[in-house]
Amino acid sequence: MIRFENVSVTYDGAAEPTVQGVDFEVPEGELVLLVGPSGVGKSTVLGAVSGLVPHFTGGTLRGRVTVAGRDTRTHKPRELADVVGTVGQDPLSHFVTDTVEDELAYGMESLGLAPDVMRRRVEETLDLLGLADLRDRSISTLSGGQQQRVAIGSVLTPHPGVLILDEPTSALDPAAAEEVLAVLQRLVHDLGTTILMAEHRLERVVQYADQIALLPSPGAPPVLGTPAEVMAVSPVYPPVVGLGRLADWTPLPLTVRDARRRATGLREQLNGRDPIALQGRGAVFDLRLPPRERDQPQRTRSRQQSTPPELAGAHALTVTRDHIRALHHINLTVTPGETIALMGRNGAGKSTLLNTLVGLIKPSAGEVNVGGAVPHRTPPQDLVRRVGLVPQEPRDLLYADTVAAECTAADTDAGAEPGTCRALVSELLPDIPDDTHPRDLSEGQRLTLALAVVLTARPPLLLLDEPTRGLDYAAKSRLVTLLRDLAAEGHAIVLATHDVELAAELAHRVILLAEGEVIADGPTAEVVVSSPSFAPQVTKILAPQQWLTVAQVRRALS
Amino acid sequence: MPSHSGIRSGGRSSRLHPGAWWLWSLALGTAATRTTNPLLLALLIATSAYVVATCRPQAPWARSYTAFVKLALAVLLIRLLFAVTLGSPLPGTHVIVTLPEVPLPHWAQGIRLGGKVTAETLVKAFYEGLKLATLLICVGAANSLANPARLLKSLPGALYEMGVAVVVALTYAPNLIADVQRLRAARRLRGRPDTGIRGLLQVGLPVLEGALERSVALAAAMDARGYGRTADVPPRVRRTTTALTLGGLLGVCAGTYGLLTAEGGTYGLPVLLAGLTAALAGLRLGGRRTLRTRYRPDRWDTRAWLVAGSGAAVAALLTLAATRDPAALNPGVIPLVAPALPLWPAAAVLLGLLPAFISPAPLKEPS
Repeated sequence: MIRFENVSVTYDGAAEPTVQGVDFEVPEGELVLLVGPSGVGKSTVLGAVSGLVPHFTGGTLRGRVTVAGRDTRTHKPRELADVVGTVGQDPLSHFVTDTVEDELAYGMESLGLAPDVMRRRVEETLDLLGLADLRDRSISTLSGGQQQRVAIGSVLTPHPGVLILDEPTSALDPAAAEEVLAVLQRLVHDLGTTILMAEHRLERVVQYADQIALLPSPGAPPVLGTPAEVMAVSPVYPPVVGLGRLADWTPLPLTVRDARRRATGLREQLNGRDPIALQGRGAVFDLRLPPRERDQPQRTRSRQQSTPPELAGAHALTVTRDHIRALHHINLTVTPGETIALMGRNGAGKSTLLNTLVGLIKPSAGEVNVGGAVPHRTPPQDLVRRVGLVPQEPRDLLYADTVAAECTAADTDAGAEPGTCRALVSELLPDIPDDTHPRDLSEGQRLTLALAVVLTARPPLLLLDEPTRGLDYAAKSRLVTLLRDLAAEGHAIVLATHDVELAAELAHRVILLAEGEVIADGPTAEVVVSSPSFAPQVTKILAPQQWLTVAQVRRALS
Repeated sequence: MPSHSGIRSGGRSSRLHPGAWWLWSLALGTAATRTTNPLLLALLIATSAYVVATCRPQAPWARSYTAFVKLALAVLLIRLLFAVTLGSPLPGTHVIVTLPEVPLPHWAQGIRLGGKVTAETLVKAFYEGLKLATLLICVGAANSLANPARLLKSLPGALYEMGVAVVVALTYAPNLIADVQRLRAARRLRGRPDTGIRGLLQVGLPVLEGALERSVALAAAMDARGYGRTADVPPRVRRTTTALTLGGLLGVCAGTYGLLTAEGGTYGLPVLLAGLTAALAGLRLGGRRTLRTRYRPDRWDTRAWLVAGSGAAVAALLTLAATRDPAALNPGVIPLVAPALPLWPAAAVLLGLLPAFISPAPLKEPS
């Protein structure tokens, strides 16, 4: 259905081809997953199928890409629109109209289908994707998962043979991601749609793939094979594969179910060590126990003589925005040195809570305090020394056009010694030249730069909103190390995340939010183990033992 | 969820044609230009407000009504402010206050700054300001009753792509505002004050960059979804289209010129009509190049006729009344008298309430 013949793509101004030696075929009705670390050209390969590369992006494409027999060199994207449906990373930038029903019809209108055919397909698609209740809704009022389903629906209505998806579940909470993946599986199984999809969160998608195309490193030709074969050599892999590799299971299990069947031996082996499981998180966990003793460095750093043991807190906090109750009666305490993961659906109030803690949102009722100050009444210059937030889009924090200028500005803003920020950047990102434009950094580098900017003011409380969106496993593990070090230094960290694996690795405490209310608050192991959607893969495999990460198991075994 | 199962009071099929709403609102606006009687104007505002309150759907764009009302108030206030500071040549006798007059050089004669403020001036300025405000509120009603994007979708095929471009541009304004708000908030996270004009200026560049990136992404998405696909049209038809459109437009220009000059009285009108016909034919022929079809286009049904008709009736009746009884519709200010409510024109204005009773109830949108 899709055939790449020795394809290489060189963008204008680039010395090396972004991808080369791409030579494989995606048979009809298969779901092929494109995996690899950030920056290896996954989006370029996807774009080549829909013709957007090179017709829209510019650059030179050598070789030949054919889709359903049509050569993308001679067919522009609009002439491929009836065979290829493309959904990009951000569904919001995909929408042309404003209501769900119009959006589903838009593609068919462009293709000139007959009105009765359009009507029938819209109704079918509404049912297929479970959107019937939302048909008249305006798209901007939908949740992330719903928007993603509408975006997929809007390219499905012209009945394309091929669907191209770039990170369809990265921005979604676990439940919404499953919703979207269930739809994709149904398309492949029932309608014979061919799907080529790139995704960083392999733990969510790897079991659905018929084949995996691995781009191991920039410029390297892709390796194609069955999921088990490719996962055995891949530099990026989900925890279930990590556990499989650790225990030398062949063939590698890809699903929790497969792994559980094999894990009897491992569970026995681990059985006696179970009590260590929680402390196996070792150093990090111990730090939390005596927070008061570690108050001393904390105090000097934040220049506060009377730091209470509670670093920040909310009491009966309620926030109402646009007549919607975003948070209701939240009680929260954050102590120095602890890492808290805020989890919950899209729209559960996680970002609102973080924004309230930095004073971007005024509470409608109740109290918030951060380091003894009320955030929304504190002038920004003072507040940055008490609390720092890295927003969901780290780019929002960056204004300057070079890394060096950004650092100088950060020093001035924070009233820190000149060079403080640059030193932090050099520590976190050793090989970034001063004159790089923040826009040219990768997703992970940009996040780290924003983090350095925030840390320049040395806030004892650090907040992160969805820090792993768009990060590959390597960038994520660097982030984990970094945040652990910060927590060990006494920073309190609160992160809002959908990434259960990240929460399992990092958090001491998990707070689950639903509809603006706290529904669970406790040590990570207790909260996530009992939840079907928030339990990490390792927990599911080794249940009823309470292991959270592959690293813990590895430590216990050695 | 019980809130959105149940009987749906409005749906796509029961939606009124957006053109009907625009005609109704513009007709009400026209009626407003016929009178300065504050009671009649207030009645017009009340009519439009009642219809908006009963018929407006729960969509983000429908909230623009309040914005228009605020704009109208601002216009009214500015008009009054001008009347106070600049005075007016109206020979009024009821002096309310005398402001110090600023002496102006001789070349600015005829302009007065400060001086006597009379009740007559103020009342007159209020009447005129209210007229303008009513007009604005009527436009606001159209905006919140009918999605402007849907109106653009009713354009003929040849103009469709232009319509889409305008729709996309329209949806960008709210996005841009949201971006500005988000980035100004982000300034606070950097420890910079998030208010003030400097804050706004510093986020300008990132906001524009973001908007540009978003438009490029949208353009890519639209291209990949078949925007701009054209049908193969024989070159002969293409050339005819160009000739008809260009010739038609030239004819329209020449005809208009003819109509406006003294000599062209004879050929002006026929040339204008011929040009218009040619241009319309060109548009229609040009529509053949587009493959597009329409998904569930809004139908112009009886209700649309009634809504548009009720507006037109208000406009026509008030125009008639303005010629028959100018005194009642334009109450004098010298001498200062309380305006009276003319019975028949008031009854005519109430005809504009018809849509509230025949148009579908607003769509409930759970959020």
